[in-house]
Amino acid sequence: MDLILVNLIDGLVTGLLLFMLSAGLTLIFSMMGVLNFAHASFYMLGAYFAFQISIYLGFWVALLIAPPLVGLMGAGVERYGLRRVHQYGHVPELIFTFGLALLIEEVVKFFCGNDLQPYTQPEILNFTAFAIAGNSIPAYKVFMIFCSIGIFLVLLYVLTKTRVGMIIQAALSYPRTVEALGHNVPLIFMGVFGVGTALAGVAGVIAGPVLGTFPGMAFVLGSIVFVTIVIGGLGSLWGALVASLLIGWITTFAKTYNVGAADVLTAIGFEKPVDLSESALRDLWTLTSPQIADILPYLLMVLILVFRPYGLFGKRDA
Amino acid sequence: MTDGAQTNRSYGGLSVGAVLPWVIGAILLLILPMIFQERSALTIMNQMSITIIFALAYNMLLGQGGMLSFGHAVYMGLGGFFCMHILNWVEDGHIFLPLPFLPVLGGLFGLGFATIIGAFSTRNAGTVFAMISLGIGELVAACSVIVVAFFGGEEGISGDRTYATFMGVEFLKQIEVYYLTAFWLMLSAVLMYLFSRTPVGRMANAVRDNPERAEFLGYSARWVRFYSFCASGFFCGVAGALFAINFEILTEENLNATTSGTILLVTFLGGVGFFFGPIIGAVVFTLLQTVLSLSTELWTLYAGALFVLTVMFFPGGLSGLIMMHVIPLRFGKFNLLVMPYIKTLIPGILGVFGLSALVESLFHLRHSAVGDHEMTLFWTTFDSHTVLPWVVMIAVTGVGFYFARANWPEMRAAWDEANTAPTVGNVLSETKPAVDPDTVNPVAEMQGEEGKS
Repeated sequence: MDLILVNLIDGLVTGLLLFMLSAGLTLIFSMMGVLNFAHASFYMLGAYFAFQISIYLGFWVALLIAPPLVGLMGAGVERYGLRRVHQYGHVPELIFTFGLALLIEEVVKFFCGNDLQPYTQPEILNFTAFAIAGNSIPAYKVFMIFCSIGIFLVLLYVLTKTRVGMIIQAALSYPRTVEALGHNVPLIFMGVFGVGTALAGVAGVIAGPVLGTFPGMAFVLGSIVFVTIVIGGLGSLWGALVASLLIGWITTFAKTYNVGAADVLTAIGFEKPVDLSESALRDLWTLTSPQIADILPYLLMVLILVFRPYGLFGKRDA
Repeated sequence: MTDGAQTNRSYGGLSVGAVLPWVIGAILLLILPMIFQERSALTIMNQMSITIIFALAYNMLLGQGGMLSFGHAVYMGLGGFFCMHILNWVEDGHIFLPLPFLPVLGGLFGLGFATIIGAFSTRNAGTVFAMISLGIGELVAACSVIVVAFFGGEEGISGDRTYATFMGVEFLKQIEVYYLTAFWLMLSAVLMYLFSRTPVGRMANAVRDNPERAEFLGYSARWVRFYSFCASGFFCGVAGALFAINFEILTEENLNATTSGTILLVTFLGGVGFFFGPIIGAVVFTLLQTVLSLSTELWTLYAGALFVLTVMFFPGGLSGLIMMHVIPLRFGKFNLLVMPYIKTLIPGILGVFGLSALVESLFHLRHSAVGDHEMTLFWTTFDSHTVLPWVVMIAVTGVGFYFARANWPEMRAAWDEANTAPTVGNVLSETKPAVDPDTVNPVAEMQGEEGKS
């Protein structure tokens, strides 16, 4: 029971972190109708910027400065890259963001090398917040949870309650009409792109010390973020939240509870062969849930796309 | 003008113009190993041939069918793994199969797997298809580490191609494998070209450009996509089998996302709009990979930059760039372009060299071992920690780009001039359209279903 609680908290941290990335990505998707493959690269840039800044000015200043920097770069990419490629159609746009992801990884390798950066959490949060049955929960995790929830609430408030949010929502659905009403729609798009990438940057600043700051970090998280918003339904903010939490919990539980395929197979009536080394299905018998934890989201995505192509909460048939 | 279009469209009969490129290609394949006799050159050419087949098969989806796949390494990789197992069975004497026929089996296996996956993934084009392909790619790549019995885990599986002689050839030497690969390259390329000329191949173009309209004409967009997907799977399997024969080892690397991404890069670099685009892409990319990776650690950076710039400025890729010049040639105005090209491109190339020198020196400055100040670049050795080389490099870059930029308007004007039809009456009526009307600029139209969301 206690272990379940600990896992729930761990899954929540992973899920909320995913949400910070998928929230921006899903906003960008509703705007441009294209999946931004480079989104996780901005998350990586956030972590690297934060590390470089924290060397000189400390973690808290980095938390303040790095995300806007990333957002500015994101806005620049939209203005000078995507807007240009947009005229060629959607597939070249998707390919452009894919190439950008490759390029950003190479540039990061160029400046900082292939090694893991010694980016650590601030001293002030380096203590145990509370313990559940001997499993200590570090204060940094609590900080991550509150940070993500705070950002989610602010985002929700801005999008649904303020004038700016209304204009953005209108521009997402009817760009032509909003333009005719005298709003600068390209500027709104650039702003949304900038804010979305800045959110990814925040995630990078916060997650860098925990998940490690290295050139492969974007690649590790990148495809999972797509999976998240595809499962949640492209363009749906609530869908992104639900899917992020779902994936966070599924992977955490699959990793901690070591369920072997052998147990399941015996439970449903199969008999384990005596000599496993000769059997063609030997790998099936030795399969355990931690082994497949990382591919469960992909499996979920393929199933969802086959049976419900617009995702859990999606309205439009993507 | 209309006459030209009709002769290009005709299906029956062979004309010299249609056969000539293939004959030249075949002769080139035959004599290349006599020009480049080194072992390493043969290895590069083998790798090139395999990449060409793979890229052409990939372009059946991307260019001709408008489907963007992020997990296409799976079909090549699985075909290769399957062939490697067959190779081992044959060696153990369970079955008999001459080596040159192995690619057929690899192709059939790729076809089978593509049939299974395509059954549900081709229902939609656009983002849904791309995401399913990504998911399947990740699943299979992850399986390759888990299912050790088939994939051999981390170290992969290996075999030996020299199990039996076929018509006196043992396939021990690189040159014998080269001719085997070249034969299959030629056969697959011709078959893939012919496929693109069949009604199904033509409908794939129609479905790519406007699925709704194709449906109204009575064609199921889904089945048309499915057929392209299966055919692509077959040729990917052939490429996988050739990979197995050539390298005699297959690992997780043949299935993972990096390989899938690379083939997208290769195909797009060559250009998706023309049948021969991926061939150019594969040749250029393999050369870049082997030549650049020998001389610099940063070749992936250059490849990435080249890719992004291609997507941004030349969405038609290298083949699109080449075909852009057909119209000036037909108008007989190509000579107008020569001088502006020289005046713009030479400073431009100089600037690029200067920039890459700057990048290399910066990399050396940041990452070289302590005390290691010497570096060699463009056959000159200098100290990267002194000011002088930096001044020279910055000057070269600046001057190069300045002159390229200064001459740009002139080139632009010459280009426009060269692309305007001559005003003298009947020249226009004699000119044929540069290419098939339905393959012109597909990139702009290649939006799939998502374009209308």
